[in-house]
Amino acid sequence: MLKYILKRFAWMVLTVWIIITLTFFLMHAIPGDPLDVADVGSSDAASANLAAYYNLDQPLAMQYVTYLKNVVTFDFGPSMTSRSRTVNDMIESGFPASLQLGLATLFFSVISGVVLGVFAALKHNKMIDYLTMILAVIGISIPNFIQSMLFINYIAVNVEFFPIARWGTYRHVILPAIALASGPMAIIARLTRSNMLEVLTQDYIKTAKAKGLSTMKIVVKHALRNALLPVVTIMGALTAAVLTGSFVVERIFAIPGIGQYFVNSISNRDYPMIMATTVIYSTILVVMMFIVDILYGLIDPRIKLHSKED
Amino acid sequence: MSETLLEINDLAVSFSTQGGEVQAVRGVSFAVAPGETVAIVGESGCGKSVTAQSIMRLVPEPPGRIKHGSIHLNGKDLAALSDKQMRSVRGKQIGMIFQDPMTSLNPTLTVGDQLTEGILTHENISKSEAEKKAVELLNLVGIANPQERLKLYPHQFSGGMRQRIMIAMALMCKPSLLIADEPTTALDVTIQAQIIDLFKEIQEKTGVAIIIITHDLGVVAQIADRINVMYAGEIVESGTVKEIFYKPQHPYTRGLLTSVPRLDGDRSQPLIPIAGTPPDLFSPPEGCAFTSRCKYAMEVCRAYDPAVTHLSDRHFTKCWLQDERAEKPF
Repeated sequence: MLKYILKRFAWMVLTVWIIITLTFFLMHAIPGDPLDVADVGSSDAASANLAAYYNLDQPLAMQYVTYLKNVVTFDFGPSMTSRSRTVNDMIESGFPASLQLGLATLFFSVISGVVLGVFAALKHNKMIDYLTMILAVIGISIPNFIQSMLFINYIAVNVEFFPIARWGTYRHVILPAIALASGPMAIIARLTRSNMLEVLTQDYIKTAKAKGLSTMKIVVKHALRNALLPVVTIMGALTAAVLTGSFVVERIFAIPGIGQYFVNSISNRDYPMIMATTVIYSTILVVMMFIVDILYGLIDPRIKLHSKED
Repeated sequence: MSETLLEINDLAVSFSTQGGEVQAVRGVSFAVAPGETVAIVGESGCGKSVTAQSIMRLVPEPPGRIKHGSIHLNGKDLAALSDKQMRSVRGKQIGMIFQDPMTSLNPTLTVGDQLTEGILTHENISKSEAEKKAVELLNLVGIANPQERLKLYPHQFSGGMRQRIMIAMALMCKPSLLIADEPTTALDVTIQAQIIDLFKEIQEKTGVAIIIITHDLGVVAQIADRINVMYAGEIVESGTVKEIFYKPQHPYTRGLLTSVPRLDGDRSQPLIPIAGTPPDLFSPPEGCAFTSRCKYAMEVCRAYDPAVTHLSDRHFTKCWLQDERAEKPF
C-alpha cells in the first residue's frame, strides 16, 4: 500500500509538471505581452526596466528554468497587475474563500444528487422519478452564471436572509454554492438513478430480499454501495467542473476568491498569476483523482490497490 | 399425507408486458410435507422459477401479479400477510438458494456479514452469537477454516464454495422449508454431485423440507421424493420418483426421459429430443398446451383441456391418453 502511494505520488508530481510546462509555453504563445497591457506609458526605458524585473528579457527556455526553480520553493513571483503584492499574498488572501465555496458545493452536490437519484430509482416511473429527472435536466441545462443572476435577482433581493453578494458568513455561501452545485448534482442524480435501477435487478438483491431484510436495509447496505462506484468515478472530473465554474460565479457574487485572479490574469497577460492558479487547480485535481482511486478500493474490495511488482 | 408444511392451490401468476399478458403460471397446485423433497422439473420458461418466487412473494409487482390461488405455509395464508409479516417469513421460515452463486452474493460485503445479517434481523441475538452460528453452518456445509473465512469477500471463493455459502446462509435461521432454484445449473458436474450430496446430508441432519427446481433429471433422481413435471405453466404429471421414472404417463415426461442419456442404455440408439418449442404464453393454446409437440396428439387435444387423471394416491397426470376411449400407445 505504501509503495502504491509513493508510486502514485511520483505520477502526480509528473502530471503537475507536464501541466506547468504546457501552460507555460501556451501562455507565451498568446499574442501580446504583459507590458503591452500594463499601463507603463510610452517610455522604452521603463519598458526595458520592467522586462528585466520580470525576467522577460531572457530567452524563453531560461525563463522556464527559473520559473520551475521558483515553483519548487513555492514562490510564484510578483504579480504584474498589483505591483505592490506578490502572487503568494494574493492567493493566500483569496484561497480560503474559494476553498470554502468549493467544499460546500461538492458536499451539497454529492449529498443531494445521491439522495435524489436513490429516490428516483426506488419510485421508478412514478411521479417522484419524473420530477427528479425534470429537476436534473434543468440543473444541467441552465448554466451556473445564469442561475447565479436569477438567484440574486429573485431570491437575494427579496429574502433578507440571503446576502446579495460578498463573503463572510455561512449565509453568503448558500446561494453561490447552490448555483455551482446544481449542474454536478443533476449529473450525480442521473447517474445514481441509472446505477441503482441496474443494481436493484441484480441477483444479490434478490438474495437480500429472500433473507427478509427491510427495504431500507437492502437499499442502503446492498444497493447503494454498488451503485456509487460510477458516481465516485466522475467525482474527479466533477471537481474540475466545480473549480472552473467557480471563476464565473465568484465574480457574479463578488466573492474574494482566487477565481477572479484567474479570469483577470489571462486578459492582463499576468504570467505569474496564470501559472500560480494553474498549478493550484491542477494540484487539487490530481489529488482528487488520487482520493477517488483510494475510495474505489474501500467501496469495492475486488479492486486492489497495488503496483504491478507487488 | 397427514401433515402438510406448504400447500399451493390453483396458483396463477401473470406478467403484464407491452406485448400483452404473459401467463407464466396457470393453475398450479401441490403440497410439501415436512422433511420431504419435492422437485419441480421442466424446460426453460415453463414457470418453475416463477412458482418458487411466488411462494416467497418475490415476484416483482408490477409487472408480475398473482392472479388467483393460495399459498399456505403451516396453514397460514401467505398472500394475506402484510409486507412486514412476510419479511419475517422470508429467511426465517423459508430459506432460498438461487441459480448462480457467482452473482447471488454481494461483492462488496464480507461473507460473514452476509451470513449473519439475516439472523440478526430475525432473532434477538448478539453479533458474536450470530458469527458462532455462521461458523457452525459453514462447518456443516463443508467449508474449512470457517472462522477466518468470515472476513473474506465472495470473489475470494470458487463457485462451488459460494454455493455452499449460499446454502449455509439459507439455513441460518433453521427454516422449515428450503427452496433451491436451479442450485446446480451454474456449477460443473463434479461440484454438482457434491452439492446434491450436501443437500441430502443437510436434510438428514436438520429435517428441512426442500423444493428443488431443476431441468436436470439426474439431480432429481438422486434427491427427490416426489416430482412435479411442469409444462407451459401447468403441472402435467406428478408422482413419486419411481412412478415418474418407471411409469411415466404424460408424453412430455416420456420425452424428457428419452432425451437424457442413460449409462445402462443402448448406445447405438440416438437420444430423442422433444421436437419444437414450448408455446407462446401470451396466448396459451386452447386445449392441451403440449399438443403441437406431441407425437400422440388427437383431435380432442387441440380443442379441450385434458382432465386430471389419478393413477395412484400420489401419481396423477393431465393427458387425454388417459381417457378410456383413447388408444394406449405405451
